[in-house]
Amino acid sequence: MIPLSHFLFLGAVLFCISVAGVFINRKNLIVLLMSIELMLLAVNMNFIAFSTYSGDVAGQLFVFFILTVAAAESAIGLAIIVALFRNRNTINVGEIDTMKG
Amino acid sequence: MTIQLLAFYAFAAAMIGAAIGVITVRNPVHSVLLLVLAFFSSACLWLLAHAEFLAIALVLVYVGAVMVLFLFVVMMLDIKIAPLREGFARFLPVGILVAAVMLFEMLTLIGLRRYAGVGPVPDAATAAGLSNTEWLGRALFQDYLLPFEIAAMVLTVAIIAAVTLTLRRRANTRTQDPAKQVLVRKQDRLRVVQMAVTGKEPQP
Repeated sequence: MIPLSHFLFLGAVLFCISVAGVFINRKNLIVLLMSIELMLLAVNMNFIAFSTYSGDVAGQLFVFFILTVAAAESAIGLAIIVALFRNRNTINVGEIDTMKG
Repeated sequence: MTIQLLAFYAFAAAMIGAAIGVITVRNPVHSVLLLVLAFFSSACLWLLAHAEFLAIALVLVYVGAVMVLFLFVVMMLDIKIAPLREGFARFLPVGILVAAVMLFEMLTLIGLRRYAGVGPVPDAATAAGLSNTEWLGRALFQDYLLPFEIAAMVLTVAIIAAVTLTLRRRANTRTQDPAKQVLVRKQDRLRVVQMAVTGKEPQP
């Protein structure tokens, strides 16, 4: 049998790796999006582990909805990146400063 | 050590390695492919956790659709990698430090030792005499019908938003405009002119 702690540890490690990815790839929009996908995967891992180990259906259903929202999010994010690249010819976060943020 | 535990370690190692690769490799295409590997290993782990439907859904939806979309975009854009990599070495120690501190905090907060002895309960779907898909489906279409409809709405809105964002009208293309075609009236196209009859007189 696989103890529950293994899944929780794996989720925590995956989440921290993706946080590090956001930090070290702060110029590259595509890798930033991929890091966000990894974060969602880490969260899903926890949901599924708790759902299985407590015999509750709600956790797996929540993962289902997270997958839906994440698919929508990445589709819109990629569309924004394509539109941005068409207009500015770059996806470097450092050069996207039109709004002076 | 059971075979499940061995499989868990193997897939977990593949997933962690792929995730580290995603955030460190130079080429974004390799990064996307490693992300596919991470998702696939994660699907295998979900199978080990008896979430069969979601594991297959992850492979179909994520690896099959979303990652291919990522791959299309990465290959379509002509990215110059060098400027995107600047600051990589500078932020690497900060990133590792933040990740390590955060991992320590999370593990302390969760208290892993508390869950070390917790094994899986007898599978709820099997106990109810259902397959995992049927178990999920019954809950989804009975108790969670409204969230399901809202999820469908979210996907529709996302489709419309993505198409609207990327649609562009170029001025010099020759295309038909059905709306204008339908609006045409007879008097716009056809002009009846009155003119005098010319030519020879008809012979009597």
